[in-house]
Amino acid sequence: MQQAVYIAGRGAISAIGKNREENLETLKKAETGIGSIQYLSTAHAGLFPAGEVKADNEELSKMAGWTGTNSRSSLLGFIAAREALQEAGLMEGNRVRHTVSGKRLKIGLISSTTVAGMDLTENFFPAFLQNRKGGKLRMVRQHEGGATTERIAQALGIRDYVNTISTACSSSANAIMLGARLLKAGELDVVIAGGTDALSKFTLNGFNTLMILDQQLCQPFDQNRRGLNLGEGAGFLVLVGEKAAELLGGNYRVRVAGYANANDAHHQTASSPDGTGSFLAMKGALEMAGITPDQVGYINLHGTGTQNNDSSESIAIERVFGNRYPAMSTTKGYTGHTLAACGGLEAIYSCFSLEQQLLFPCLRIQHPVIENPGVVVTELRTVNGLQHVLSNSFGFGGNCSSLLFSLR
Amino acid sequence: MYINGASAISPLPVFDAMTSGISFIPGEGNRLTAYEPAYNNLIDPKLIRRMSRVIRMGVATAMDALRQAGVSNPDAIITGTAYGCLEDTGIFLKRLVENGEEMLTPTAFIQSTHNTVGAQVALLLKCHSYNNTYVQRAQSFERSLQDARLWLTEHPGASVLVGAADELTDYSYALLERFGLYRHQAGGEGAAYYLVTDAASEKSWARVDQVYTLFDPGPEELQDLAAALLQEASGQIDLLLSGEEEMDYNADQYAKVSSVLGYGLPVIRYKKYCGVYPTATAFASWLAAWWLKAGKVEVDGLQLLSPGRILIYQADPSGYHSFILLSAC
Repeated sequence: MQQAVYIAGRGAISAIGKNREENLETLKKAETGIGSIQYLSTAHAGLFPAGEVKADNEELSKMAGWTGTNSRSSLLGFIAAREALQEAGLMEGNRVRHTVSGKRLKIGLISSTTVAGMDLTENFFPAFLQNRKGGKLRMVRQHEGGATTERIAQALGIRDYVNTISTACSSSANAIMLGARLLKAGELDVVIAGGTDALSKFTLNGFNTLMILDQQLCQPFDQNRRGLNLGEGAGFLVLVGEKAAELLGGNYRVRVAGYANANDAHHQTASSPDGTGSFLAMKGALEMAGITPDQVGYINLHGTGTQNNDSSESIAIERVFGNRYPAMSTTKGYTGHTLAACGGLEAIYSCFSLEQQLLFPCLRIQHPVIENPGVVVTELRTVNGLQHVLSNSFGFGGNCSSLLFSLR
Repeated sequence: MYINGASAISPLPVFDAMTSGISFIPGEGNRLTAYEPAYNNLIDPKLIRRMSRVIRMGVATAMDALRQAGVSNPDAIITGTAYGCLEDTGIFLKRLVENGEEMLTPTAFIQSTHNTVGAQVALLLKCHSYNNTYVQRAQSFERSLQDARLWLTEHPGASVLVGAADELTDYSYALLERFGLYRHQAGGEGAAYYLVTDAASEKSWARVDQVYTLFDPGPEELQDLAAALLQEASGQIDLLLSGEEEMDYNADQYAKVSSVLGYGLPVIRYKKYCGVYPTATAFASWLAAWWLKAGKVEVDGLQLLSPGRILIYQADPSGYHSFILLSAC
């Protein structure tokens, strides 16, 4: 039962690129994708910067090859999932290839989302509030989280197993975790796991009521941080067990070595001052991988840029690592906080770090939260012998998950 | 996987079934509203006032299932919800539109997040365990049950709290009615939670044998699965708890399953009691567990003594099919 889980494919779309390569190139150049809101129609466009995918829905539909009314979350999710499957050699035209070397593979899609089709629902609502018969029903068909995943699954031709997780900002970390568990249990041979969230008025205004949005470009993990910038995007991994890895013949370099999900049980939206949930998630991921804290070479932080998260996360890190901190940085300064997508995107960035032996810098750091020299990465750094990377995703409802990725 | 505590809130008053029994009276009208109990013994009244219906129904059934099983700190909390917290979502959307994105307050937004029910349970218990929320439409509860079973395989001896919650609001009723969902059968809602373990105890109500799902199956796929289930049950299924509705869009699918299971098999249609909603199988599972524990089924003029196995089958108009097989223990 305890078989290894490998990463066979990756697909990313975010403010810093419409595919995996573009994301990597922008990270290397340390350029932000966050700026004035161009695509979302909102009263706050001039006020809050955001990390938008640089394409309107028409362009995304063309990229996806889709027609009709679709949630931006469905479009982004499909584009990233397809790219991940292409890298894994599992696409045949626009559909998933189920048979490899004469063997039928059981393939599952585990997506995650918090926004789902809200980008459409919020534009349906004005007419509906006027009159309960008002508004076009096609605008709410993809409202449910599961409906966006269903749209992606139908387009890809996946029927063996389809599932959606919604645990706020830890959603796609939990999707990757479930994917790994189902592979280890032998329930599936291949899992496409990750998450997708479009920017919406609903979330922008929601985060605004919590007074945690930065009106400038965010400065996560800086002592003078002011809050977060929202982002959007999708990140998906193709996970395979040993059987599928052998059939696909890929020389996969990164494996999912550990994961854990814990609850902070402190407050519906705030993290505990002692970072209990984050501490338990990181500790659990290390224990499962059977490694000690000093073996972790780098942490891709949750690092949103809110006072509360960055303080709680750094305290939890201290509880796990003592003062022997690994190098760490957050990529939220590039993409904005992509909510359900961040665990998937950051898993891909963690793969980049392992494969290229590169640590991407935190952007706009003046006074890092952890002041020990060299701990918070502030310039692109080439490293040697990086073997284990921890990726954190923490969310509302106390949902905390950590993933540990290791080189083979 | 054994059910050691089970609690449901539904349009059919079942929450206090252990003290009051159940009067099986089908709901009236086209919108069935959950019959909510007095919550004061289970949740702090100050907290209840702040909770929307789906949250308090979910939290109360979760607490009740834990209390029955004598568990205060479960090793996992797993929740299914197709629609999430619709009341708070609707409140925030309405204000967003009417106030032109200005002067909004956070409470409704905070509570609109899909994982609020599971999170509130964890918060009340101060429970740091694994916590997950599945939102796969009419398989949200089934995915939760499957995760519970997987968790128990990975962690022998663990206690898992697993359930589902969905609410029907004025907005969602108006919308889903336009989609034709309630044309022949009333809309509904409800919550149910279970405390499950991998070993039976003197508290066990029933055993969950299988949870199977299909999406948009071809005729043979559906029949093959029903046949496989019948075989796994050694040909002995005593009752079919059917999700079939009046004039059901999927009537032919239900007929196909019946043809495999045998036309002599007693069938109870549960949606007349709980209404139409995607996680109604969580209510049906409660009924099945209740009857298996009682050792008899008495409903609709049907009387069955010592039922050994009850099968739940639901086919939803969006293409989601599921089978849950429970047996006496």
